[in-house]
Amino acid sequence: MGLDFTALRLVDVTRTFGRRRALHRVSLTASAGTITALLGHNGAGKSTLLSIAATLLRPTSGRVEYGDYDSVTGGAALRARIGLLGHDLYLYAELTAAENLRFFAKVYSLDGIERRVDAALERAGLTDRRDDIVAGFSRGMRQRLALERSLIHEPRLLLLDEPFTGLDEAAREALRERLRAAREAGAIVVLTTHDTAAIERLTDMTVSLVDGRLAVGRAA
Amino acid sequence: MRAFVHAVWVVTRKDLLIETRTREILFTTMFFALACVMVFAFGFVKEGRPVQDAAAGILWIAIAFSGTLALGRAFERERQGETLRALLISPIDRPALYMGKLLGILILLAAVELLVVPLVALMFQAALFDHPLLMLGLLVAGTVGFAAVGTLFAAMLVRSRSRDVMLPVLLYPITVPVIIAGVRGTAALLQPEADEPMARAWLAMLIFFDVVFVTLALWTFEPVMTE
Repeated sequence: MGLDFTALRLVDVTRTFGRRRALHRVSLTASAGTITALLGHNGAGKSTLLSIAATLLRPTSGRVEYGDYDSVTGGAALRARIGLLGHDLYLYAELTAAENLRFFAKVYSLDGIERRVDAALERAGLTDRRDDIVAGFSRGMRQRLALERSLIHEPRLLLLDEPFTGLDEAAREALRERLRAAREAGAIVVLTTHDTAAIERLTDMTVSLVDGRLAVGRAA
Repeated sequence: MRAFVHAVWVVTRKDLLIETRTREILFTTMFFALACVMVFAFGFVKEGRPVQDAAAGILWIAIAFSGTLALGRAFERERQGETLRALLISPIDRPALYMGKLLGILILLAAVELLVVPLVALMFQAALFDHPLLMLGLLVAGTVGFAAVGTLFAAMLVRSRSRDVMLPVLLYPITVPVIIAGVRGTAALLQPEADEPMARAWLAMLIFFDVVFVTLALWTFEPVMTE
């Protein structure tokens, strides 16, 4: 398994883009087996925080700890334990559903790739569309496939940016079930959303960001 | 090292799979290169006789222009679904990601050159096949140098709004030495009495540029792509 950790900890994280401050001294801890929701309006800093947690951005000041590691000491082994579902889904529209999953499974150097791909397609309800190119999929189908893409390597830290966007009620319930299963498996799940109804009875902690500052944090 | 080679191949194979399915970059760059050579042929071939030394310049201009087009499109594909971000948070080493993209672009440019070189030879009555090994060496070394810098810049600019304008603005000044070496080396081979020592000297210079550019690109790709 290699590197592992049981908590994500942000300590006084500030991030600026030029003169604009996207995050201001945000401190937050999320533990294994929990789901944390980041609430906030557009531009509140939610996606910036996820990008920092995903190691895509460095904080201007403050630290991000993954157990005993940070993004520099953890390196590629740390990145192998992180799954990210962005608003843009990170799928190749020209590849089929199976090819997308197979490609990312190879990127993560996983074993039993075909078994994982089959299982992921079944969970996404896309087994009968496995050889169709993603460009022809609806938003909901892409979202389900992208979620399985982000989970194919069984990450310890799962980061989801607005995962409920564009889903109908059945798909939202399926997503909630998938996130509960990830939590049961010991994942640290952090998601952003505007939609408080979607995360009702799902999250263990809810945190609000207002203009880059942590406004409210409460255990659910 | 095995993991590095595996990662390079996974990225390249994915790019080639997409390209064989869409043929978008291949067809656009080939058409562009073809149009480029034809336009120059109308300008530089009078009564069936080409202007002396024009062939070498036109060959490399066609390669550089179509290469720029291919570079832009190759990374536009990664931008559309923000898939580059998915690759950046994966455990793939950033240099392996760079090499994978570079290799994919080189294979595409090799396919374009398979069309352009015979076409230039035909239209400009240029003896491009008289010294096949030296010519091949110049083409490979020149294309690697151009694509090495281009891949780095195209990746850097992928999130920039003005990437289409900025790519040639940044790329051409840096790759001028490569283009000049390619043109001069090719011109040396196309003289009535081919100047092989001169062609070899330009080839050596191209290999030097390749080593410098690829090393710098591998070194800078990680910090450039982190923010």
